[in-house]
Amino acid sequence: MAVKLMQGNDAIGWGAIAAGCRFYAGYPITPSTEVAEILSRELPKVGGKFIQMEDEIASMAAIIGARIGGLRSMTATSGPGFSLMQENIGYAAMTEIPCVVVNVQRLGPSTGQPTAASQGDLMQARWGTHGDHPIIALSPISVRQAFDLTVKAFDLSEKYRTPVILLTDEIVGHMREPVDLPDFKTIKIFEQEVTESPATYKAFRNTPDGVPPLAPFGVGYRYHITGLFHDELGFPTQRLDEIDPWLERFNAKLDNHIEDITLVEEDVQAGAKVAFLSYGASARTARHALKLARLQGKKVDMLTLFTIWPFPEKQVEALGERVDRIIVPEMNLGQLAYEVERMVGRKKVKRVGRANGEMVTPQMVLDAMEG
Amino acid sequence: MDETILKAYTQESEEALISQTDWFECSETLQKLSKKKKFPTIWCSGCGIGIVMGALIRAIDHLGLANDNVALVAGIGCTARMPGYLDFNTLHTTHGRALAFATGLKIARPDMKVIAIMGDGDALAIGGNHFIHAARRNLGITALVVNNAIYGMTGGQYSPTTPLGGRATTAPYGNIEPPFPICDLAIAAGATYVARSTVYHALELDKYLAEAIAKDGFSVVEAVSYCHTTFGRLNKLGTAVDMMRALKDNSIPKSALDRLPPEEQAANTKIVRGKFIDIERPQYTQVYANLITRVQGGEQ
Repeated sequence: MAVKLMQGNDAIGWGAIAAGCRFYAGYPITPSTEVAEILSRELPKVGGKFIQMEDEIASMAAIIGARIGGLRSMTATSGPGFSLMQENIGYAAMTEIPCVVVNVQRLGPSTGQPTAASQGDLMQARWGTHGDHPIIALSPISVRQAFDLTVKAFDLSEKYRTPVILLTDEIVGHMREPVDLPDFKTIKIFEQEVTESPATYKAFRNTPDGVPPLAPFGVGYRYHITGLFHDELGFPTQRLDEIDPWLERFNAKLDNHIEDITLVEEDVQAGAKVAFLSYGASARTARHALKLARLQGKKVDMLTLFTIWPFPEKQVEALGERVDRIIVPEMNLGQLAYEVERMVGRKKVKRVGRANGEMVTPQMVLDAMEG
Repeated sequence: MDETILKAYTQESEEALISQTDWFECSETLQKLSKKKKFPTIWCSGCGIGIVMGALIRAIDHLGLANDNVALVAGIGCTARMPGYLDFNTLHTTHGRALAFATGLKIARPDMKVIAIMGDGDALAIGGNHFIHAARRNLGITALVVNNAIYGMTGGQYSPTTPLGGRATTAPYGNIEPPFPICDLAIAAGATYVARSTVYHALELDKYLAEAIAKDGFSVVEAVSYCHTTFGRLNKLGTAVDMMRALKDNSIPKSALDRLPPEEQAANTKIVRGKFIDIERPQYTQVYANLITRVQGGEQ
């Protein structure tokens, strides 16, 4: 395809189309609205469906309903809307319904500043809904990667029967870059394949890989789905002998495939004792600072996280063993840094947080090397 | 469908006989459409929700729908447990959101019959926004609202349909909020089929549900089934049987009401049973299918 100038939100829309998303439900909210606009225009062209719901709660519910009906589905929102979606994100996690939730982060809390960027929803993406649950969150650093990670989000959600959060930010969402998108025909997404007969089908049974295939409604596999604790057939249960094996499978299913889910980029410099660790728009700052530092003859490592949740523990731990100090720039007051501290200890971590809508600057990162 | 039931329809009989025997064992229809091993239900003895479930089963059977082609979507509450006992594609969702989940499902599968099963709190308080917007869109879903006038599952708090002055655990001095008239609300919001009956008049429910499910549009059936365990106890309305009898005595068919002089109609305090609207409006999924055809035909 030809090189085109587009913004991150456009790329997310195209990524959804390329990944075979055929249902979008959403509610207008800055700075994510372009995703809805592009999909309202493009989905009917490929036979897909777009609906603007009455609120974000309904949007999240509708995309789950549509996936149960057999269509790959997505919604996009920002902070306040993401807060409203939390209960049903938990429902999707609990019932293991694949879906993609785009959060173009803006400054919070509350209404905050709709047009200002932030990375303040990192912990909400992990723990925003009540109860322990597995979740995947991916964070792109460029327009092209916004496309690629949207595709990846669909693939992972189908493969592991889980909601996937595309945790981007206002900067990547609204930034324009020239991109050359791949031919959509070359893009392959994991397909759920049900081999059992309707008589023996169990939507929530254990399987060798911990992810039972999902049959859509209306094709002969009549079964029950509930947000209550349920048995292998999906019916509510309070029996520990049914709940415990399910819980074990449910909470381990991502950990058991962590290599496949973890996306990071390491830029290693031999002998470096300092490293920058970042993600999303702040990783662009960190990469700029990296260039400047190396020009000044300093040795610095860089670890960019594209998978935020599950947290890339192995990679961060390894980095902690190599270097003495890890500088973590981010547009919040240390939400990712908490996780890094958990892996490498507090003393090694230097937070460079900012939560006023402005980007962390390369100079702030360089200053942190000295401090 | 059973001859006697059809006869009852045509005669608009108010004296529906509710079987005193084991209703499950004696009905092939029920055995075909429900999951017996999940019985007994969680509902209190004497609760009307089971009667509504029976009516729903008979309505679906009457229409001859394939089990695979029917989806039941529910939220949270006593009524919302109904899908778990029935052998269809069944989805038990979050509180208030049955219609929002059903919206996605219906748009993904316009060929399926999607029935949202809700209580009054589920449909009109926490889910009120979805209720009016599903009606506005005229999405081809049937909303079955069992009105028990209270939050039953949480123990009897006042709901959007608790009568003015009615007692509830959170209205110890009587309810000071006027109730929602469910059918009027549905009509005003754009529903194309709206009917109401009570669990005493089970055969009427059969008929209205069958018509509502057959309707290609947003259809609403309100089934009045006052909760005797909490609403009845707190308001000293007697036993389940007393309350069932009260539904008979304190309700009036719409056709009978229409024959009364205007002043008597205005003064009516009884539950009005009947079909209030049955009109045609473009149905959402059909409208969207037309949009896809237009866009794919090159329309900009």
